[in-house]
Amino acid sequence: MTASFVSLDAVDLTYRAGEGQGTLALKAASLAVGKGEFAAIVGPSGCGKSTVLKLVSGLLRPNRGRVEVGARTVEGPVKIAGMAFQNPTMLPWLTALDNVLVPLKIVQPYRSRFRHERAQYEERARALFKTVGLAGFEDRHPWQLSGGMQQRASLCRALIHEPELLLLDEPFGALDAFTREDLWATLQALCMTRRPTVILVTHDLREAAYLADRIFVMSARPGRVIAAHEVRFPRPRTLDMTFSEAFVALNHALRNEISDARAEAIA
Amino acid sequence: MIPTSGIRRALPWLVIVGMFVVWEALCRLFNVPEFVLPLPSQIFAVLAKRWDALLPHAAQTLMTTVVGFIGGVIAGTLIGIAIGSSRLVYEAMYPLLVGFYSIPKVAVVPILVVWFGSGTVPAVITSLVICIFPVVVNVATGLATTEPELEDVLRALGASKSDILWGVGIPRSMPYLFASLKIAITLAFVGTVISETVAANRGIGNMMIIASSNIDVPLVFAGLFILAFMGIALYAAFAMLEQRMPGWAMRKSEFVN
Repeated sequence: MTASFVSLDAVDLTYRAGEGQGTLALKAASLAVGKGEFAAIVGPSGCGKSTVLKLVSGLLRPNRGRVEVGARTVEGPVKIAGMAFQNPTMLPWLTALDNVLVPLKIVQPYRSRFRHERAQYEERARALFKTVGLAGFEDRHPWQLSGGMQQRASLCRALIHEPELLLLDEPFGALDAFTREDLWATLQALCMTRRPTVILVTHDLREAAYLADRIFVMSARPGRVIAAHEVRFPRPRTLDMTFSEAFVALNHALRNEISDARAEAIA
Repeated sequence: MIPTSGIRRALPWLVIVGMFVVWEALCRLFNVPEFVLPLPSQIFAVLAKRWDALLPHAAQTLMTTVVGFIGGVIAGTLIGIAIGSSRLVYEAMYPLLVGFYSIPKVAVVPILVVWFGSGTVPAVITSLVICIFPVVVNVATGLATTEPELEDVLRALGASKSDILWGVGIPRSMPYLFASLKIAITLAFVGTVISETVAANRGIGNMMIIASSNIDVPLVFAGLFILAFMGIALYAAFAMLEQRMPGWAMRKSEFVN
């Protein structure tokens, strides 16, 4: 593995809800992701997977330990990240195209050039729409698009500013199985050409095994990383591959680890 | 039988005309004296006969209301943004606002008269003060209920607080603002008339007070009709404006996910 691009080093995080003790979400969580690597985080629900993403993006600060991105300690929003959530979080008053352009209005150096180079940026967004199969829907508003289409647009928005780091929080969780599998292929293709570093949080073990180079398994709350798997299937991976013996075996192993983690939490 | 859409549209008008007919008939049947309850036909006659004299009063009231309303909407929007965009300001200011709002506005007019004399200025300020509250509350609610995920998308990109406010918060609170306008314009109208009845030498409110002290009851009712008409017209104007808001504001329920 190359030198890590993203790392969590013995991170604790407590959510404070008003008075009292708060909820300990992460306890001594450590993980490392190399540059250009596709990492997936799986684990029982409520184990702090999304919290990891918020820490990496700089939306949250750890109570203990260190979060590093690109050899620098994260102390605020990292600005080099693109994010997509389970909820497409499109701004309803903008068209799909304008929604996708939002990061370019915020992130430098695009921000100061935006007025002059708008046409060029729109061209770039249209090209991206085509790659995710949304061509022709640029001028629709989010409420005129289906859930899958909104999620595709949300992916475009995460990618438009060509971020070095892509943080995906169950982006396909609310979609039907076929749309989800379509988007796996789309995401894989995009990542193979652009090679961003990706951290994907998911409940879907098949999704993790299909997409990731490395899978981290987390324990129940308070979350920490209890296992890491390297996934060596050749790319581009196909849906047929997901029915191969090795793939099923990996899924099985992940499933058992998570079951154990849940059982431990209950006991 | 299900009425056709034409009948449906005509129904409210039929009800209004019907009300006048019943009113007229009852007054004539029971010989109600004019100084208790004048006949609608008398009131309309007064309106027609004194139109030239009434018009400047109506214009004065309308102008005062609109100026107060515009001031109230601008101030209300700014205060609403200040309150809604910061939890701290929200918590600090809210009790004061509620307390302020629960003061009967008539009680404020004498103070305004001491400060500004009688006439147009206290009337404008009363209507401003009375219509500010729904605007503040709606704008603040629109901002405060912005989905945190929507903000996170921008925050993760390193957007500043003002980026988020202009990019997400303010556009998101626009439908709330528009919904508050039709309430605010009606209240502004109330504020104007209250102030005019207490301390003014022009305006429908003032005219009605003078007419009532002369026991010119048909003229009082003529004033009431003018107020009702202007109130309905202004409400309708802003209700229409709200309807013309872009589709996203009206289609919350159609959101996927």
